[in-house]
Amino acid sequence: MTNPTLAAGAVERHLRARRDTGRGLLMPYVTGGITPGWTDYLRAFAAAGADAIEVGLPFSDPTLDGVTIQQAGETALARGASTRRILADLSGMPDVGVPLVASTYYNLVLHDGHEAFCAALRRAGVGGLIVPDLPVHEADELTDVAADAGIELVLLASPATPQPRLAEISCRSRGFVYAVSLMGTTGERAALAVSAAELTERIRRVTDQPVLLGFGISTPDQAREARRHADGVVVGAAVMRRVLDGAGPDDLRAFLATLRQALDQECDRPR
Amino acid sequence: MTDSVHREERTTGAEGVLITSADLAGGGVRGDDPDIRGKFGVFGGRYVPEALIPALDEVAAEYEKAKTDLGFIREFDHLLRTYAGRPTTITEVPRFAEQAGGARLLLKREDLTHTGAHKINNVLGQALLTKRLGKTRVIAETGAGQHGVATATAAALMGLECVIYMGAVDCERQALNVARMKLLGATVVPVTNGSQTLKDAINEAFRDWVTNVDRTHYLFGTVAGPHPFPEIVRDFARIIGVEARRQVLELTGRLPDAVAAAVGGGSNAIGIFHAFLDDENVQLHGYEAGGRGAENGEHALTLTKGSIGVLHGSRTYVLQDEEGQTIESHSISAGLDYPGVGPEHAWLKDSGRAVYHGVTDAEAMEAFSLLARTEGIIPAIESSHALAGALKLGRELGPEATILVNLSGRGDKDMGTAMKYFNL
Repeated sequence: MTNPTLAAGAVERHLRARRDTGRGLLMPYVTGGITPGWTDYLRAFAAAGADAIEVGLPFSDPTLDGVTIQQAGETALARGASTRRILADLSGMPDVGVPLVASTYYNLVLHDGHEAFCAALRRAGVGGLIVPDLPVHEADELTDVAADAGIELVLLASPATPQPRLAEISCRSRGFVYAVSLMGTTGERAALAVSAAELTERIRRVTDQPVLLGFGISTPDQAREARRHADGVVVGAAVMRRVLDGAGPDDLRAFLATLRQALDQECDRPR
Repeated sequence: MTDSVHREERTTGAEGVLITSADLAGGGVRGDDPDIRGKFGVFGGRYVPEALIPALDEVAAEYEKAKTDLGFIREFDHLLRTYAGRPTTITEVPRFAEQAGGARLLLKREDLTHTGAHKINNVLGQALLTKRLGKTRVIAETGAGQHGVATATAAALMGLECVIYMGAVDCERQALNVARMKLLGATVVPVTNGSQTLKDAINEAFRDWVTNVDRTHYLFGTVAGPHPFPEIVRDFARIIGVEARRQVLELTGRLPDAVAAAVGGGSNAIGIFHAFLDDENVQLHGYEAGGRGAENGEHALTLTKGSIGVLHGSRTYVLQDEEGQTIESHSISAGLDYPGVGPEHAWLKDSGRAVYHGVTDAEAMEAFSLLARTEGIIPAIESSHALAGALKLGRELGPEATILVNLSGRGDKDMGTAMKYFNL
């Protein structure tokens, strides 16, 4: 990878450009179809200063999700949410100005077929894809098919990943590298895991792609601390708990603004 | 290596008499083991979070060493003989077979093992593996509670901490097995999310494993799940067919014409099928739970009615709706009530080496009661699906045929269901 930007897709180029200005990246998550007007959350996220937005396509068996995202998925499915309807909702909304990254479990991709699934994402204006149960060696075929469709397949790295494998993941990941901060499921935690710093540092050694830290980042303090190690943060359960508790787009906009501010403050510090 | 192990085993007498390195399929006797990525053709693989890959690699590497390690084989062999009660006998059932067109029916009596079902074979093997891995805690999923009871048993025997995940609905339905597990020292965690049954218990066990993987082994209960579980569980269950093949040859002087077994996740079926894979003239028949019938959608006909998907880490046949969401399965038998199936069965189906059929609740319960009344054996309702299948198969194959049936477990646990079903 002598000149990684040459091959980089739109999501990666966007995140690199923002990172290179010194900005801490913020990617909030929303479960697609969670409420009737759920796409309003996307506009609120963008307005609060999100740099990318993750849209979850709910699956019946979310083995990597903690109770909050599980409940969000069940709620959305009970409302009749499906990949098709969520993507139709996205197609029907104006561009929010930041990349959209879909996330789902592999069965939903396989069910539609790689080509059809990626083409549908593209038509809905989605630029990236996260499939947490598709580890690097199973992902090769989808990576290629997705790239042909203009979709960047993001790979995840874990604290348990040995260094040679981490190099492979970083090399094959598109868009950015998703650093899973801890050994565990998605969900809010009292503190940022100690494994987060070590993992991010190990990824840094093998790539200059943007690195976003996710799992358990729920407060401005945690975002600030995560920013000291990574290029930015993914915030899922902290958003979805509020949504499940009835918070509307404006409430989420206010919450994300506190994270935005924390990230901005952190980047003003000498690094 | 295999030959020398064979020779040494055969001359030592007391140890390693039941099972040899070659009997664990990993001895290299067959070329159809999953490839390095755990694929049986297009099936199998590892569709799990990255965080679990190092743990699966560790389990696979340790098992590779263990399966040719004479010390491990002897220890497993010793437990199978002195704790599980192996070898189990085969029993001819002529009065029952009158309903099978006069075909000769032989039952492999896994119901006579300790804890009452074939599950003990796998849990003893994996508990030994857990100790080799240096882990002190096992977790497991359970539907009806049989795998949970077997796991709690092995954990008690070997001094391992044990946590069992069980759907809250199943906990209520199988209160007796919950009590058994507790008595054996296990912690039973009722799973209240999703549909609160087996598939959700597996989801929750995966969540525990990803969190506690440094000191925990996931003692997976069937030949499904990510590689290497389909291979490991098969190899530990393979003793069923290894013994049965010898026993049928001794009793009848020839191989059976067909082997019949019930298929849920598929471990008892792979366990008895695998030793016969090379015997091309031996038909292999698997019987899935047809529930209330294929027409009304309330069934567990994964192989016969499902489509290819990914569930619980493995690419295989699954029950899914038109959106790709997993569909709840239905069966009167909790052990067959699973919307996925082991990838090796998917592969055997597509290659045509094994044939899979559905047996309804009503057909299984008829065979259940018939075996009790004609032979004095109360089978598990799971096994009753294989018995019902064998009755049909016997009528097709005719009176000259010999059919080996895996009586995978005993029916004591099913008395509540039987009381309701038959108004006893």
